[in-house]
Amino acid sequence: MLRYLLRRIMLIIPTFVGVTLLSFTLIHLVPGDPIEARVGERGIAPERLAQLRAEMGYDQPMWKQFLDYERQVVSGDLGLSTVTHQPVWHEFLSLFPATIELSVCAVSFAVLIGIPLGMIAALRRGTAFDFGLMGASVTGASMPIFWWGLMMILVFSVSLGWTPVSGRVSDMYFVEPWSGFMLLDCWWSDDEGACRSAASHLILPTIVLGTIPLANFARMTRSSMLEVLGEDYVRTARAKGLSDVRVNVVHALRNALIPVATVIGLSIGGLLGGAILTETIFAWPGVGHWIIESIQARDYPVLQGGTLLIAIIVIGVNLGVDVMYSVLNPRIRR
Amino acid sequence: MALLEVRNLAVEFTSSRGRFRAVDGVDVTIDSGDVLCIVGESGSGKSVSMLAAMGLIAWPGKVTADVLRFDGTDLLSLTPAQRRKVVGKDIAMVFQEPMTSLNPCYPVGWQIAEALRAHHAVPSSKVRDRVVELLDHVGIPDPGRRMNNFPHQMSGGMNQRVMIAMAISCNPRLLIADEPTTALDVTIQKQILDLLVDLQKKHGMALVLITHDMGVVAETAHRVQVMYAGQMVEEAATETLFAAPRHPYTAALLDALPERAMGRARLPTIPGVVPGIDDRPTGCLFNPRCGLADALCSSTAPGLSGEVGARARCHRPLGGAA
Repeated sequence: MLRYLLRRIMLIIPTFVGVTLLSFTLIHLVPGDPIEARVGERGIAPERLAQLRAEMGYDQPMWKQFLDYERQVVSGDLGLSTVTHQPVWHEFLSLFPATIELSVCAVSFAVLIGIPLGMIAALRRGTAFDFGLMGASVTGASMPIFWWGLMMILVFSVSLGWTPVSGRVSDMYFVEPWSGFMLLDCWWSDDEGACRSAASHLILPTIVLGTIPLANFARMTRSSMLEVLGEDYVRTARAKGLSDVRVNVVHALRNALIPVATVIGLSIGGLLGGAILTETIFAWPGVGHWIIESIQARDYPVLQGGTLLIAIIVIGVNLGVDVMYSVLNPRIRR
Repeated sequence: MALLEVRNLAVEFTSSRGRFRAVDGVDVTIDSGDVLCIVGESGSGKSVSMLAAMGLIAWPGKVTADVLRFDGTDLLSLTPAQRRKVVGKDIAMVFQEPMTSLNPCYPVGWQIAEALRAHHAVPSSKVRDRVVELLDHVGIPDPGRRMNNFPHQMSGGMNQRVMIAMAISCNPRLLIADEPTTALDVTIQKQILDLLVDLQKKHGMALVLITHDMGVVAETAHRVQVMYAGQMVEEAATETLFAAPRHPYTAALLDALPERAMGRARLPTIPGVVPGIDDRPTGCLFNPRCGLADALCSSTAPGLSGEVGARARCHRPLGGAA
C-alpha cells in the first residue's frame, strides 16, 4: 500500500512539467502580455513598454522564460500576481475555501438525493416513477449550466424573491474570516442572521452546480443496483429472512455503490478544479472565477500557478478516492 | 403431521413470449428426520419449486398451490413479515454457488451473525461465541480468525461450509440444499455431503437435497422425487426406485449411470432434450423421448398413479399395472 501511494505521489512530477508547459504555451499564444493588458486602449510609449518588459523579463526568449519559471516554482515560489502584486499562493489560499465550500455542498446535495432516487428507480423498474426519473436525469445531465443558473435566479431570486442573487453573504454582516468557510465562520461568530444569510446564498449555486452530478449519480446507482439485485448473495440475504430494507440497503446498495463511488470521486476532483460557470454566474469568489479573470488580465503567474495548484489538488483527490475505494471494496484490499 | 406439505404447486413466469409454467403440479411431503432427494435435469424445476416453498420467487413469478403448509402453518396466507420469521429460521437453504452466494463486502462471520441477530437466536452478547461455535461445527479450522475473512479470501469449499453454518445457525427444522456440491471439485463434494448428512442426523432436521447426481441420491436419500420439465414424474423410497423404477424416464436416468453400464461399449443416453417454452408436446411431456410411448401417450397427459409416496406419472409404467 505504501509503495503504491509513493508511486502515485511520484506521478506528480511529470504532471507538474506537463501542466506548467501547457499553461505556459497556451497563455503565451494569446496576443498581448500583462503590461499591454494593463495599459489598455490609450497606448504606451514604445521605449517605456520595452523598459517595463525588460524589467519583468518578458524580453527574454520563450524557452528561457519557461526555464526561469520552472526554477522559481521548484524553489517553492509561485510568484506575484501582476495585477494585485500579492503572492499567487496567498491569493489561492484565500479563494480556495469558497470553492471547497461550494463543491462539498453540491456533491453532498447530488449524493444525498441522487443515490436514493436511483435506488428507488431500480427497485421500481418499469414503473412510471422509473421512467419519469430517468427522463429527468437525461435532461439534468445535459443541462446547459449557464442557462440553468440564470433561469434559477430569474425564478427563485427575481420573481419569488426567496434567495439572494449572488455572493456568499449579505453585505449587512461582517464575518471574521477565520476558516475561510463562510458557513463555519458564521456559525463561530454566533450570529444567527449571518448564518441564515450564508446558507441562503449557498442554495442556488449548490443546486445549479449539483444538477449534472445528481443526474449522473442517479443513473449510475440505478443501473448498478439493477445488476446487483440479480446477484446470488441478494437471494441469500432474502433466504435469511431479512427485511426488504435491510436486503436492499445493507446487501444490495452497499455493493451497488462501489462503481458509483468512482464517479463521485471523479466529480469531486472536477468540481474542486473550480466550477467556472457556476462561480461566474453567482459571482462566487472561488478559484474558477479567479482563473478566468487572470486570463483576461494576462496575469501569467496567477494563471500558471493556479492551474498547477488545481492539477495537484485533482491528483490528490483522485488518490484519496482510490484509497477510499479499497475501503469500500474489500476484494481489492491487500 | 408432515413437516412440509405441498400439494399441486405451480410456479408461473410471464415473459414477452407469454406465460410459462416452470413448475406444474408438484407435491412434496417431508417429515422431521427425513432425507428427500429431488433429482432431474437442468431446467426441470427442482430449484424453482423449493425457492417457491421458501417464498423466494420474485416478481414476475407467480406461485400457486392447493396446500403449502409448514408445520401446520399455511405459508401462502402469511404476510411477508410473518413469513420472514419462518424463512431463515425454521426453513433454511444452502445454494449452488458458494463463491457468489456470500456478500463480497462483509466478513463471513458478520454474515452468520446477521442471521442470528435477525431471528434473535441468541442474546447479543453471545453472538460472537455462537459464530465461532458454528464455524467450528462445520469444520472450519481456526474459526476465531477465519470469521473475519472475506468470502474472496476463502476457497469454494470453505465458503460452502460458511453457507451451511449460516443455514443451520438458527437450528432450522428443514434444510434445503440446492445442488450444494455442483460448483465444487470432487474431493470437496464428498466432504460437504458427509457434513450435510452428519448435521441432519445430529439435529434431527429434515433435509431436502436437490441434485442431478444419482450417486448422491443412492448414498444419502431416504426417499426420491424425480422431476421432468416442471412436473414430478415419480416418487419412491430410494431402494425401490433404484431396484424397480416405474417411470421410463427414471429408468433411462439409471441406465445412463456409468456404474450400471459396465461392460457395454457405449453409455446409454436419452435422445433429445427437455422441452422448453415453445416446444411443449401434447400428452405426456416425456413422450417424444420415450421408447415405450404410444398413441395414448402423445394425446393425453397422464396423471399420477399409485399411492402417495410411491407414484409415477405414466400411462405405461414399468413393472406391471399402475
